[in-house]
Amino acid sequence: MSSTPLLANGRVLRYSFRERLVHWLAGFSYVYLLLTGLAFWSPWLFWIAVVLGGPTVSRELHPWVGLIFVFATFLMYGMWGGQMHETEPDKEFWRALGHYVRNEDELVPSAGRFNAGQKLLFWGFFWCGILLLLSGLVLWFTHLIPWGLRYVRYTAVLVHATCALLTIGLFIIHVYMGTAMERGAIGSVIRGDVSVGWAKRYHRVWYEHLLRDAAARK
Amino acid sequence: MSQATLEIRAISGHAGSVPGAGVRREFEVCKLIDTTTCIGCKACEVACLEWNGLSFSETTFNNSYQTMPETQWNYWNLIKFNEHEREDGTLQLLMRKDQCMHCEEPGCLIACPADGAIVQYVNGIVDFQQEHCIGCGYCVTGCPFNIPKFSPTARKVFKCTLCVDRVTQGLEPACIKACPTGCLHFGTKPEMKALAENRATQLRENSGFENAGVYDPPGVRGTHVIYVLHDASNPELYGGLPKDPHVPWTVSFWKGPLKWIGNIAMIGGLLGVFAHYLRFGPKVESADDETPRPGGAASRPATREPGNRP
Ligand code: HEM
Ligand code: SF4
Ligand code: SF4
Repeated sequence: MSSTPLLANGRVLRYSFRERLVHWLAGFSYVYLLLTGLAFWSPWLFWIAVVLGGPTVSRELHPWVGLIFVFATFLMYGMWGGQMHETEPDKEFWRALGHYVRNEDELVPSAGRFNAGQKLLFWGFFWCGILLLLSGLVLWFTHLIPWGLRYVRYTAVLVHATCALLTIGLFIIHVYMGTAMERGAIGSVIRGDVSVGWAKRYHRVWYEHLLRDAAARK
Repeated sequence: MSQATLEIRAISGHAGSVPGAGVRREFEVCKLIDTTTCIGCKACEVACLEWNGLSFSETTFNNSYQTMPETQWNYWNLIKFNEHEREDGTLQLLMRKDQCMHCEEPGCLIACPADGAIVQYVNGIVDFQQEHCIGCGYCVTGCPFNIPKFSPTARKVFKCTLCVDRVTQGLEPACIKACPTGCLHFGTKPEMKALAENRATQLRENSGFENAGVYDPPGVRGTHVIYVLHDASNPELYGGLPKDPHVPWTVSFWKGPLKWIGNIAMIGGLLGVFAHYLRFGPKVESADDETPRPGGAASRPATREPGNRP
C-alpha cells in the first residue's frame, strides 16, 4: 500500500470501472428514452421516431429501454445512495449558489465526493425514475386497465410527462456542467481519473480524505 | 351526403396545417338511435360483423341478453341491456346500441401522438388509420366513451368507422340498413337532430315519458351519433352512457398547457445554459495546476489541467 492517493499517471481515481459502466448504461438508455419520448411528446418532433427505426419500433422499445434505465438507476442507488445524504456544507452550498453560478468558487464551501448539486441530481433522477417506471407501466399496459380504473390512466399520462420534464431539466444542467463547465469532469466518467488540481478545486474534502486514508495506510 | 372524396378536418399527431380544413362545404352526417323503439334483436351487431368482415369472438353470458361486457377490437357494435327497476316497482328493459360516438371534439384524436393515425373528416366521421397507428393506447385514455380497443395480435387499435366506406358511396351504415324496427336513422346532423327532438316531444307529450330527451352531449361539442332516451336525465342507466362526457381534464391539460409549459421550459433551459456559458464561461482549474489555459477567463489567472483532454 502506498502513501499517495495518486495513480501511476499522477492523477486521482474518481470513478471505478463499475461506476463508469453503470453511469453509461443509465446515460445511453436515458438518451434513447428522451429521444423516443420527445417524438411522442410533440408532432413537431415525431421525425425523431422515424429516424430511430420507425414510430412503431420506438413505441415497442421505449418501455424495454425504460426497464434498463431503471435497473441502472437502482444500481446507482446501491453504489452511491449512501454517499448522497445531505450534510451541513450542502446547506451552505445552496445559500452560496449565486457564487457558484457566477464561478466565484472560492466563496463556495468545499465539497466531499459529491457536491450538493450532484446529490440533487441523484435524488431527482432516483425518485423521478421510480415515478416514470410506475406511470410507464400503466402506459405500457394501458389496454389492460379496466374502465372502472380509468383514473389510473388519466394520472399516469400526467405523471409520466411531468417527471420526464423534471429529469430533462436536471439532464440539461448535468450535461452542461459535466462537459462545458467543469473541464475534466467528462474524463472522470470515461477513463475514471482526474487531475490533482481538479480534485482539489471541485471536491477538496474528498481529496483530503484520500490523502488521509493513504497516510493511514502507510 | 355522399362524398366523392373525403375532406379531412383534423389529423392526430400532425405538425402544420391540415389539408381540407375549412376548404369545402360539406354535410355533417349523423346516426340517430331511438332507444325507445329498439327491441334488442342485435341485427345491427351481426350486420357490423358482416360488413366489416370481423373475426368471430367468444360471447360471454352474464345473466342478460348482452353479447359481451363491452365492445372489443373485433366487435364494434354492442347492444347494452339493463333491467331497470322503476320507482313504482315495474321493470323497464333498457337497450342501447353502443359504438363510437364520432365526437365533434374527439378525445382519441386529441390524445394520439402518431401523425395520421386518427383523422376526422369534414363530415364528422372519426376514423382510425391502422397503418399509421403505433399501438400506444393514448386514444384509449383520451376517449370518454370507452370505445377504442387494442388488438393484442395486430398491436393496433380498432373501433367503429361509421361505415365510412359505405357513406362515401352514398350508402347508409350497415347497422342502419339491418335494423328491422326503424329505430336507427342516418342523415345530416340537422335532419337527425330535428327528427330526434320531434320523437322526444312525442314521448313526453303522448307516451308519458316526462324526461324523454335527446342525447347529444355538449361536453364534447356534440356527437355524430345521437340518442333518443326515455329518461334523458339519467343516461347512466343505459349501459353507463356518461351524463356529461368531456375529454378527461388530465388529457386536455397534458396535451394543452403542459405541452407549452414543457416546451418553454426545455427551450428556456437550453438557452439558459448557453447564455450562462457566454456570460461566465467554464469554471477553471485552480492556480496550483501548472498549465495556463490559453484565452481563459480574463478576471482570474486561468489554468488548464494537463493531459486530460486531447
Ligand atoms: C422507467 C421506465 C419507463 C417506461 C416503462 C416507459 C414507458 C412509456 C410508454 C409505454 C410510453 C408511451 C409511448 C411509448 O411507448 O413510447 C412512454 C412515453 C413517454 N416517455 Fe416513457 N417510459 C419509461 C421511462 C421514461 C424516461 C426515463 C423518460 C425520460 C425522458 C421517458 C419519457 C417519455 C416521454 C417524454 C413520453 C411521451 C409522453 C407524451 O406523449 O407526452 N420515459 N413511456
Ligand atoms: S367516442 Fe371515443 S373513439 Fe369515438 S370519436 Fe369519441 S373519443 Fe373517439
Ligand atoms: S394506439 Fe391510438 S393513440 Fe396510439 S397511435 Fe394508435 S390510434 Fe393513435
